[in-house]
Amino acid sequence: MASLSGASKPQTSGAASAAPDSTSAPNSYPALVARRMIRLGATIVLLCGLVVADILTGPAMLSVADVLRTLFTPAQADALTRVIIFDIRLPMTCMAILVGMSLGTAGVHMQTVLGNPLASPYTLGFSAAAGFGAALAILTGVSLPLVPWLTIPLAAFVMCAAAAAVVFAFARMRGMSPEIMVLAGIATLFLFQSAQSLVQYMASPEVLQSIVFWLFGSLLKASWMNVPIVAVIFTLCSLAVLPNLWQLTALRLGDARAAAIGVDVQALRIKLFGLVVLLTAGAVAFVGTIGFIGLVAPHIARMLVGEDQRLLLPMSALMGAITMTGASVLSKLVSPGGVIPIGIVTALIGVPFLFFLILRGQRRHW
Amino acid sequence: MSLSFQDLNVAYGTTSVLRSLSDQWPTGQLTALIGCNGAGKSTLLKAVAGLIPSTGHLHLDDAEMSLADRRRHIAYMPQDTSAASSLTVLEVVLLGKLGSLGMRLPASLVDEAMSALSVFGLTSLHRRRLDEISGGQRQLVYLSQAIFRQPRVLLLDEPTAALDLRHQLLVLERLQQHARKQGTVIGLAMHDLNLAAQFADRLIGLQDGQRVTAGLAEHVLTPENLRLMYGIDADVSRGAFGQLQVFPLRAAELEARGL
Repeated sequence: MASLSGASKPQTSGAASAAPDSTSAPNSYPALVARRMIRLGATIVLLCGLVVADILTGPAMLSVADVLRTLFTPAQADALTRVIIFDIRLPMTCMAILVGMSLGTAGVHMQTVLGNPLASPYTLGFSAAAGFGAALAILTGVSLPLVPWLTIPLAAFVMCAAAAAVVFAFARMRGMSPEIMVLAGIATLFLFQSAQSLVQYMASPEVLQSIVFWLFGSLLKASWMNVPIVAVIFTLCSLAVLPNLWQLTALRLGDARAAAIGVDVQALRIKLFGLVVLLTAGAVAFVGTIGFIGLVAPHIARMLVGEDQRLLLPMSALMGAITMTGASVLSKLVSPGGVIPIGIVTALIGVPFLFFLILRGQRRHW
Repeated sequence: MSLSFQDLNVAYGTTSVLRSLSDQWPTGQLTALIGCNGAGKSTLLKAVAGLIPSTGHLHLDDAEMSLADRRRHIAYMPQDTSAASSLTVLEVVLLGKLGSLGMRLPASLVDEAMSALSVFGLTSLHRRRLDEISGGQRQLVYLSQAIFRQPRVLLLDEPTAALDLRHQLLVLERLQQHARKQGTVIGLAMHDLNLAAQFADRLIGLQDGQRVTAGLAEHVLTPENLRLMYGIDADVSRGAFGQLQVFPLRAAELEARGL
């Protein structure tokens, strides 16, 4: 029988069959994996609860009964409620899930390939670059023909890719070492933050308001036009990494050991770097700068399921989604009748939660 | 049946690190590389494993090995055991067969990994995290991983460096048994000459990336060779059990005796 944990009756076989072990112990690894799977399942249940709460809450102050009636029998609901539920709340909730999953995944990829607990799309300047691209598009007022709604996201996407190209080019010159990538990323962060400030300095008060609103990060930009784009990017990036899950796990032993057991470390680093750019740009381009999730979701996931990427990757994505939907619910509850930009709330709820987990646990998690 | 290489060269930039090395390492035997720091022991192991660029020819059982062949048939264990990860001991061992691991782990594979751990008495540690065990235990875990891979060639860089005396003996005994039973070619970089003399079937002395001597311990571990390789004087004698012993002499001692 094959399973995620490889549970079976103890037996000896293979190369070491003749080896005695006076301290032999029963294989309790299956129980460990089972416990991690239960945690993954509980996280999915929690996310479902938050998704329901997110759909039920909003500035329109609809009752729970109204929301449920509209969801299950839309024909009987009035037009305004239908629009609120199907055209505003559902796209926002879907976007919260997808952006959270994208940033959670991008964060865990970055921390793994760079072997650095501080690595995330935000700390390495990708988000700042996207923000600069958006700010520049807003300042210049350029608009794409046929698809004007894609102008700002595309500018954010292009600038994010440009930042990644800069980091990549520097790293490539020095053998793709993680230290150089982190250094180049931090330099890129400062560069694009300064560029953002310059654009804001040059903007008129009205334009500045639009730029600042974009930079805060808000789910109000979500629509049925942009949700599928983020969904497709996330799905393709997730499928692309499936063949490399164990190689990514091996990277946690360090480059030399990973290479010694057959991982092409440089090729894997380049591939993951590309995926991080797509995931970050895809998420940030449509909702603005959300800095906290890519850094913290992987750490929370690691505390719960360890380093096995078969579980760590989905758990990090789920933790990202939970933080985003939780922040979305809170952003609507804090000021009834209004919605605080989610980029503000994610850090406000996420940081205390991370501190709680760090203080509660006795073990190091990196 | 052996691993052989001819005219193996490695250079870092313009600095030549291995120079036209040729040798033959028989299957089922332990071949120990000795020499001072920087002599090229680790570089030779990494070059044979295909982990660093090199020129020359490598054959296993008379068949030329491509880079892919080396990755498949040669397992290399680096010297450094400091990498701390929260992976469990069993997970680290499982990673040895990276190519066989999928979304689902076959039960037989997990059992094999447990058996590999039992070679060095580690089964009770299988759930412990790598960053929660000692450096010596980590070294044993990596040795288990190397055994678990069941390679045809096993290259170990100072496999006993972090181990106490009991575990040094245990590891070398187990490796000897493994080589004999599985017909594995085992190459080790070693600093402990007494252990090398006791367990290695053949020794190769390196200096400045070149082979200066090779053969049985009694032919390699001579005062002249030790002076050539290490720049020291040493007393080489037989112990009470007939084993070869190398005892390095301090300069002060030699002066006191007028030598």
